[in-house]
Formats: sequence, C-alpha cells, structure tokens
Amino acid sequence: MTYVTGLRCRECGQSYPVAPLHVCETCFGPLEVVYDYEAIARVMRRDTIEQRPRSLWRYRELLPITSEPRIGLHSGFTPLVKADRLAAVLGVKELYVKDDSVNHPTFSYKDRVVSIAISKAIEFGFDTVSCASTGNLANSVSAHAARAGLACYIFIPHDLEAGKIVGSAIYGPRTVAIRGNYDDVNRLCSEIADKYGWAFVNINIRPYYTEGAKTYGFEIAEQLGWRLPQHVIVPTAGGTILPKVDKAFHELVRIGLVDDAPVKIYSAQAAGCAPVIQALHRGSDLITPVKPNTIAKSIAIGNPADGYYVLKAVRDSGGWGEAVTDAEIVEAIRLLARTEGIFTEPAGGTTVAVTKKLIAQGRIPRDESIVICVTGNGYKTLEAVRDTVEQPFTINARLAEFDALYGQLGAPALAERVPA
Amino acid sequence: MSILVRIPTPLRRFTNGSDEVGTDGATIGAVVDSLEQNYPGIKERLCDDEGRVRRFVNIYVNGDDIRFLSNLDTPVKDGDEVSIVPAIAGG
Repeated sequence: MTYVTGLRCRECGQSYPVAPLHVCETCFGPLEVVYDYEAIARVMRRDTIEQRPRSLWRYRELLPITSEPRIGLHSGFTPLVKADRLAAVLGVKELYVKDDSVNHPTFSYKDRVVSIAISKAIEFGFDTVSCASTGNLANSVSAHAARAGLACYIFIPHDLEAGKIVGSAIYGPRTVAIRGNYDDVNRLCSEIADKYGWAFVNINIRPYYTEGAKTYGFEIAEQLGWRLPQHVIVPTAGGTILPKVDKAFHELVRIGLVDDAPVKIYSAQAAGCAPVIQALHRGSDLITPVKPNTIAKSIAIGNPADGYYVLKAVRDSGGWGEAVTDAEIVEAIRLLARTEGIFTEPAGGTTVAVTKKLIAQGRIPRDESIVICVTGNGYKTLEAVRDTVEQPFTINARLAEFDALYGQLGAPALAERVPA
Repeated sequence: MSILVRIPTPLRRFTNGSDEVGTDGATIGAVVDSLEQNYPGIKERLCDDEGRVRRFVNIYVNGDDIRFLSNLDTPVKDGDEVSIVPAIAGG
C-alpha cells in the first residue's frame, strides 16, 4: 500500500512518475515525493502509530515505499532526552536532546535516510548501492547494503577520521577515497552516477532518501506527547535534514496528529564551513560556496545542494542561525558529555555551541521548549577531542601506588547537581 | 571545437544522447551560447530569464567551480574540460 502519487519539481512544479530520477529536466530543481494527504489522514491516527514497533517505519504512510520495509527495521525511534543538567548550565527551562548518536545500526541520523533509500533501491531492482559521503552516510550505506545483500561502492574525501573509514570498511564495501574535499567527491559521483547503473542513495535515489529525514521530526513531536517544540536547532551540511524536519511538522499538522503551533527553526554551522549562515546573515538567497576548513568534517560541505531550502525554512519559521569556531565546538562536545552523558561528534558539538550562542544573544528565549538535534556519535571522531581530555594515570597494580596517587590527586570532583 | 563539455543525463535529449560534446568560446558564457547554437533550447535549462546560472546548476572548469572563478566570465582555452552537474544532497 502506498500513498505516493508521484514526484514533483520543487521549483517549477513539473510532475514525474515514481522512478530513480532526482532532477527536473526543465530547471534542474530537486524532485519531491507527492502524497495523498487526505487518504493518509483517514488511516494514520496517534493510537495506531503508538501500537507499532519502535522504529522509523511506524510512520510508513508518510514514507515513499510501496512494498514491506526490507531494511532499517531497528532504525530510528532514538531517545528524546530531557536535558535538565545542560538546561541548568545554559539557563533555560525546558530543553531536550534528540539523540541520533545511538541510532541503529551505525550511530548517526543517516540510518534514517538510508533505510528509506535502500528499501526503495530494492523496489527499483538495483543490485549495487553507492554514495558520496563525509563518513556517516558511507557507514550507513555499507551496513544496510550488507544486511540487504547488495553490492556497495562508497566514495569519500581522502582525509576522513579513522573511525569513519573503518566504520564502513568492516561491512565489506569497496571504498574509493578521492584526493579533494566532499564537494569534489560529489561532483565526481554525479558523473559516475550518470555512467554506471547504480543506486546512488544521495543522487538518483535522493527524492526518497531525503524523505527519511522527516522521521526525525515525527519522533520529536510524538515523544513530546504529540506536540511541537517551540524552538529546534538543526545542523546544516548539504541541507537535507532541516527542511525535512520542518516538513515533518507541517505534515503532522496537516493530517491532524498535532495542533498547529509556531516552531522556530535554527541552522547551525561550523565557522570553517558556513555558506548558509553567511547568506542568512547577509539577508541573501544566494549561497556562495566555500572551501571547508573545520574539524566538523561530517558537515564540511561547501556547496550545499539544499542550502536554499534551509534559508527558506529558517526565515519562514522566524528562526535564525549561527556559526561557531572549532574551539567552541570542542568545548560544546565536552559540555554535552559532562552534563548529559552523551558523546557526540563535532556536528553535534556545533549544534550545542550554536544553541548556547543563540540563547546568550536572546534569539532563543529561556522559558520556552527547545530541542537540540544531535545527529552523530563521538566515538567515531576521537581525533577531535583526544588532546583535550584528561589522560590516564598509569601505575602498577599495587595499593600503595594508588594510595600515593590519590594523595596527590585528592577526591574526584563531583558533578554539579541540578537545582531541583 | 576544442573545449570538451560533459553533458548530464537530463540534458542529453538536446545533444542526441551524447554525454560529451566539443564546442568553443573564450569564456563559460560564450561556451553556453555556443551550445545553444548547436543544441537549441539547452541554454534556458542552464540559465534563468536574466541570464544567470540557475540555482541548482553547478558548472566546473577542469574540476573547479566557476563560482570560485569568475562565474560566466570565467575564461576557457583549448583543451579545457567543462562539467555541468546538478546539485546533489549528501553528507
């Protein structure tokens, strides 16, 4: 059963059939999946959703697959953590972390988009899946391809973190590292996708892939008790997730699952790669590409395909955006770890640091509900923080040595208590 | 006919299915005009009504994005390779 009626160009509105197409032939605009929302509203109710398995497929009427889901059966439905200790530090009342650092199976939000993309690739009959990636997407495509029994080719920049490289290779794909940055990888892959008959999840499967990002927004609303948050801070790289979280909220309102209420959406970028924030602050629609230079490699995309739609969603919502330095990103990774026990990668540090900045600026009020989007896991990017944490004290297995050490170090510092 | 232009799938119906075509011109703007002469209709796919490159079109000269160079005024010479690439999602 499907509620998809076709594809449509987001720019000029031209219609296309459901096929592995991603670009409008008239204007090169991105193609979007079109649904029959009236039919969906008749069948999709809160109680039916709540009875379903705790995965992203519980929202399947609003996802673009026709047959039964084939993979990603445990992806999604990650925790929405009430972050009281972080809230106390930031001086706000109601703060949550939507924690995709523990998404199944590869610990980033990419498991959402890939679950949909590869399920759709199987429906289309592809036997090889592929992607251009800054790391997390490659991890997820590799794992899901292994599970589905598909051949897999991944393309990455040559300078990724070891955890991101091994974190793909273990699943048995063929990895090609490109001398260049992600934007160079993307350009090459676009030409490869044109020549080889593979399912590139972020190229010819893109309309379906991007729909998977909506599940992040559906879950936030459901986990808040079927209500919308007042403020959401989302990292921006290529620009997929932010407009899709916005779309998710609008869809839930449209089919009557939540009450309509204003949600302000904020974009977070690293200062070393902030083309969207620069355009936002300039008041322009025109995004000038940049050459990335930041430790936040997973979001180091200098030529964001959907940057225009990020600007539009942020502006239409009355939100804003900020960029933060690598030092602020590292500090924010440590802050999240030490207050909430969540270890995120630099992309998540970026979102936390930007949230802190926006609160300090008064852009985000202190007494309204706030959701910080944490989309990746810090265990994959140890290089980013390794030199900033306390190193182990090495001793022999003798009590006297520990006694001496303890005499020097004193009692461990107690974590600050959250005010009741 | 000394500049090679790689044509992406959505534009190949203009080039009779060819994925690469030879053309000439001293700048990217001139290359686009030359393409239009040989393959009528292709320019309006690449440029908007005011003649600017469309938002979702990327043009590269020997792998470099023309937005890092001089946009449509970017000079080209014999032997250069021009790629036309639709914007793609990712991460």
